[in-house]
Amino acid sequence: MAFLFNDFRGWKTYCLEKNIPLYRAVIEFEVEQRNRTEAEIWAGLLNAYTVMREAVQTGLEEDMSSRSGMINNGAKKVYKNPTTVLSPEFQKLISRALAAKEVNSCMGRVVAAPTAGASGILPGTMYTLQEIHQLEDQQILEGLLVGAGIALIIEQKASLAGAVGGCQAETGSAAAMAAGAIVYCLGGDIDQVFNAVAITIQCMLGLVCDPVAGLVEVPCVVRNASAAAIANSSAQIALSNVSAVIPVDECVEAMGEIGQSMESRYKETALGGLAATPTGQAISKKVLIQDIEILPDHD
Amino acid sequence: MSGKSGIFDMIGPVMIGPSSSHTAGVVRLGRAAIRVLGSLPDEAVITFYNSFARTYEGHGSDRAILAGLMDFKTDDKRIKESFEHAKEKGLKYTFKSVGNASTLHPNTIRLQLKKGDRSIEVLGESLGGGVINVAEVNGFTANFSASSHTLIITAKDVKGAIAYVSEILSHDDCNIATMTVSRKGKHDVACHVIEMDSGLRPLTLEYMRSIGWIFEIIYIPDIDL
Ligand code: SF4
Repeated sequence: MAFLFNDFRGWKTYCLEKNIPLYRAVIEFEVEQRNRTEAEIWAGLLNAYTVMREAVQTGLEEDMSSRSGMINNGAKKVYKNPTTVLSPEFQKLISRALAAKEVNSCMGRVVAAPTAGASGILPGTMYTLQEIHQLEDQQILEGLLVGAGIALIIEQKASLAGAVGGCQAETGSAAAMAAGAIVYCLGGDIDQVFNAVAITIQCMLGLVCDPVAGLVEVPCVVRNASAAAIANSSAQIALSNVSAVIPVDECVEAMGEIGQSMESRYKETALGGLAATPTGQAISKKVLIQDIEILPDHD
Repeated sequence: MSGKSGIFDMIGPVMIGPSSSHTAGVVRLGRAAIRVLGSLPDEAVITFYNSFARTYEGHGSDRAILAGLMDFKTDDKRIKESFEHAKEKGLKYTFKSVGNASTLHPNTIRLQLKKGDRSIEVLGESLGGGVINVAEVNGFTANFSASSHTLIITAKDVKGAIAYVSEILSHDDCNIATMTVSRKGKHDVACHVIEMDSGLRPLTLEYMRSIGWIFEIIYIPDIDL
């Protein structure tokens, strides 16, 4: 069983052999590896989804301005904007992903899924999916389990941490989880779910982690919105049986390879990319503490 | 915290933002330190080192540490309003920043806490994902994670002390996970830090406190409970 979440192929074979849906295998894994009961698992998932929904609400209702000033109630502005680019649903999707992530940046309560930096993506996508398709909570929870299985494999084969694999590992993995969950919830089969994951990874590959001033705000917040959008576009493509061509396991390998070869200034160190721009530097000077005692060099 | 991740590492933990190493880990360091003190402090001097030194405001680690010192849990919404709560509770605090402390982990905090006559000092590291290491207690090497049950024994450096202590623990059916012993000098004061898989009975703790060559026993059950 421990082998199960080593790759997508193994997960599929296991489910086909036992004739069970994808989420069942994730439950069996957790029961066996973590000694949890099924009831505990469902309760934990419901709690997580409740916190996700609350984060969306909080971000759209309460004041969301961060200490640095870089985050300033962006989600509400998008939600209330009379100009609708695509459709009201799309506008809601984007504002909800922003909302939950803004809550994270402003010291509110969120679910790290898979990480705190990516904590707006599953709330934004699942909330909106449930609303549009009138899904039961139970279906969303099953979708979250599928997402968890996806993340377990990515963690094994690549990474989920910006400091290790760049932002593709954080927001990219969250988008992949969301895409798989969406396809599952809309009745997609195993191949369609995995294809959605493959397509999403292809869209997110190479994204570096370059947070301004080292704070999880810019570009993290807007990337949660774009990742939510990509999850939906990938799901739409996968549900129409348009192949990613490169199989999902190979896409994950590519993500790991790219993450490994990324220079460390693109891995949460705030030394490259947006963090290194003149404006990024100026902000960093302003928000970081300057009154600091510097010890003399040793050796 | 066992090796392989589970689903609630992927969909979870439920936490206060912005990041597990700057908020959750820091709250847990505060919670561990007040257990070493044995009560909520009246006064705290908090020193942020290295990577923490410049970013502690932006990441809210200042609010997180005060929250921990007031015994809030890592998912408590009050963390955001820690300053207000500290004021209400009369907790006095000072923040300091020290950079380039090359011998220390990048995310290190020193806590000097006072309650009445008692004062303690704890040096802690936030390792990522909310995991912590309490590196030092009152100048002694400690190295415990505070996620199992921890026993800190300050005693005279006498022969056979380690064997004696482990014998007592084994009578309580207690499995020792890690043990760190350090001392000021030969026949001086020694500090035993023991991490155990299960908890101890009050009776066992009472007994150990009655032993002549033991100066102090600090018992810290899992800080997340
Ligand atoms: S830029 Fe870095 S810190 Fe921000 S969301 Fe991406 S991985 Fe996380």
